[in-house]
Amino acid sequence: MAFEIPKGKYSGAIKPVTVGASNALTLGGETAYPFYLFEGQMPNKPRIAMEVWDIDPAEEWPAPVLEPFKDVVKDPAAWAQKCVKEYGAEAICLILKSTDPNGDNAPADAAAATAKKVADAVDVPLIVYGTSAVDKDAEVLAAVAEACVGKKLVLGPVQDKNFKKIGAQALAYDHSVSANTPIDVNLAKQLNILLGNLGVPESKILIDPTTGGLGYGMEYCYSVMERIRMAALTQDDDKLMLPMINYVGQEVWKVKECRQTNDEAPELGDQAKRGIMMEAITAASLLVAGSDLLIMRHPESIKLAKSLIEELS
Amino acid sequence: MALTGIAIFKMLPKTNCKECGFPTCLAFAMALASGKAELAACPYVSEEAKEKLSAASAPPIRPVKIDMKDAQITTGGETVFFRHEKTFFNPTILAGTLNSDLSDADIDAKLSAFMKMQFERVGFNLRPQMFVVKDVNGDAAKFAAVAKAIVDKSDAAIVLMSDKVEVLKAGAEAAKERKPVLYAATAANADAVGGLAKEMGLPVVAKADGYDALAELTTKLTGMGLQDIILDSGARTIKQVLQDNIAIRRAPLLAQFKPFGFPTINLPCEMTDDPMKEALYASICIAKYGGIVVLKDLDPTYIFPLLLQRLNIYTDPQRPMIVTPGIYPLNNPDENSIIAITTNFALTYFIVTGEIEGSKVPTWLLIKDTEGLSVMTAWAAGKFSGDDVGMFVKKCGIVDKAKTRSLIIPGYAAAISGDLEEELPDWKILIGPREAAHIPAFFKAQ
Ligand code: B12
Ligand code: SF4
Repeated sequence: MAFEIPKGKYSGAIKPVTVGASNALTLGGETAYPFYLFEGQMPNKPRIAMEVWDIDPAEEWPAPVLEPFKDVVKDPAAWAQKCVKEYGAEAICLILKSTDPNGDNAPADAAAATAKKVADAVDVPLIVYGTSAVDKDAEVLAAVAEACVGKKLVLGPVQDKNFKKIGAQALAYDHSVSANTPIDVNLAKQLNILLGNLGVPESKILIDPTTGGLGYGMEYCYSVMERIRMAALTQDDDKLMLPMINYVGQEVWKVKECRQTNDEAPELGDQAKRGIMMEAITAASLLVAGSDLLIMRHPESIKLAKSLIEELS
Repeated sequence: MALTGIAIFKMLPKTNCKECGFPTCLAFAMALASGKAELAACPYVSEEAKEKLSAASAPPIRPVKIDMKDAQITTGGETVFFRHEKTFFNPTILAGTLNSDLSDADIDAKLSAFMKMQFERVGFNLRPQMFVVKDVNGDAAKFAAVAKAIVDKSDAAIVLMSDKVEVLKAGAEAAKERKPVLYAATAANADAVGGLAKEMGLPVVAKADGYDALAELTTKLTGMGLQDIILDSGARTIKQVLQDNIAIRRAPLLAQFKPFGFPTINLPCEMTDDPMKEALYASICIAKYGGIVVLKDLDPTYIFPLLLQRLNIYTDPQRPMIVTPGIYPLNNPDENSIIAITTNFALTYFIVTGEIEGSKVPTWLLIKDTEGLSVMTAWAAGKFSGDDVGMFVKKCGIVDKAKTRSLIIPGYAAAISGDLEEELPDWKILIGPREAAHIPAFFKAQ
């Protein structure tokens, strides 16, 4: 009796989205569930973008993840360069933390100048994220779009309350957008429709389903991603046939168990390695749920996630 | 393989005696087919019909029960591919390895570390539950001694791993009361190992390389009368493990392929020497259908993140996880510290306490029972109204602990502030930020 794997029935495929000017990356293109390579293709492997902040993150980042970047945290361009040269980053995600209205509230033009500097400093695709403050992000990302014309950035998070302004600017200056909705399939679909109505082509939209860290809501993100993939691949939902992006670093490294030092929590083992594993395991889980682009922080977690992607492909 | 009502009806006595509680045999058959009745309710079914019907109604993937000291854990019994389709029922069992040539002192140390490796979270006790005793030199007496030590000094479930039947037998005798799992029956030794499992009533791992060989082996074992079987497809690369786990989950659920209707065992411990990679492989096994996952060592550095992942993957998506309502002191608050309130949805609780702890601001956090609903959902469902919240604040006992009389409410619950002020006339209601990420700045400013 020759056993044959009962095959999944797929009717859809993820549309490819290409981001970046030099060393552009193409994401998406899957014709089966993630890494189900015995029954479909994954022409473009998932990628990892390294996280860079435009302010010194010393106050927020736990020591183990700050350590590798200590020499560059005050200079985002140098930081991005280090990620590319030393750690082989295939993309950079610049987080414009300085613009947070509840923090420094830096003006849009200053942030745009930083984004331009970083974009010029590296020859890999750049993703530029705001702080999820809808009005401020609209202002900041609009300025970034203009300053970085030609760089084919990914701008995000674009939400239902600011998609018009950011979407229009992305369209005008030839960037992609990361469409962010709060862990909900229908809201994700709706925002993609709205962006489509605005004229943003599907080849320029990534789905950001909102990421939850390990032990802190990861399961909601995981399930919604599986449902998005299922709708896209098996239910002909063409508004969801797009690559997904996850902001992993942020969610993982803010959780308690990544912050607790060896003195504070001896029963949890070693803080540095635990944090690396928390980030890598969150990434692994989201990879099998359908992530195409992970924004990650610790070089060791990134190395682990990359080798996993290689081995699964 | 579900039978239709008509197919079941044909096997019933057709006397319509009503003793089953249904007006006719046909009505009873229909109820059986849709899972609304138990076959036992009819006293008159023939033995032959009973056998056929219970075989047909058996779960497609066998739930295999495994003994810990005071508890039984189950692996298998799953019915879906994606957790959101229903839920995953039986969390992956995490196991560590004890080599049979370890010194007594090492064994004791590992067993006592195992007993301590337990973490409380949202009412669940998170822990690894199993040890694999691995025969490294064929010394049956030493192997048995390690198995016995596990029985005596821990509550762990046990897998006995050897390619020598006499070694397995010695271990099984020594650990008899814990009903150890035998690893493994192969094409070469199926009669002997299967026979031992049968004789002692133990679960057994069937190990073969490739689907056809594995199916042949399990068919042979079930033919010997064994039911508690666990599958090792022999895969030792993560890509192949993923494919095999999916194939083995699909076979019984999609194609009614009985030879694969059993849980799996995955062995990241045999896939790499790097503990980080090993844990990462284990995480793929947890996400994708691994029944038992065996690691070399049980180190909390790696186990804790895996336990969190397992909790996430295996929580029931239909029932939100909740925390106990009450007063939670964060960052050592005193009578002058600030007071804030939120819901008892575990996710909300984790995010909010994470931010407050990160802020280092001493805080009394009140957790109101909202039946596990988030702030906005609870508000929309009328479980976080001004009256309700006010009543809770008065009754929960915070007034005895703190002199502060201002209450920070979540930004998304701003709409209740008017009602709340009426309910709590001597309190000042402060509307906090909407996003938890903005809590530290807001709390520091108080
Ligand atoms: C998942 C979900 C559900 C789940 C419930 C999950 C759960 N356990 O709560 C289900 C499907 C059961 C559900 C049901 C309903 N839902 Co609902 N649901 C959601 C959804 C998608 C996410 C909610 C969530 O989990 N948020 C995550 C948690 C962590 O957020 P949170 O508790 O608010 O906490 C954050 C902040 O409030 C803040 N915070 C929390 N506490 C504190 C404390 C302080 C002091 C501070 C400063 C800050 C703070 O920090 C947290 C992180 O930022 C939202 C839409 C959305 N994306 O927001 C709709 C949503 C909340 N639901 C809504 C509604 C109307 C309902 C229903 C009444 C009917 C319906 N339309 O489905 C029912 C009611 C349920 C009932 N039993 O009757 C509406 C509410 C609209 C409104 N404003 O009135 C929403 C906004 C969707 C919408 N746009 O229509 N829902
Ligand atoms: S008890 Fe049995 S025989 Fe009697 S009506 Fe019910 S199914 Fe028919």
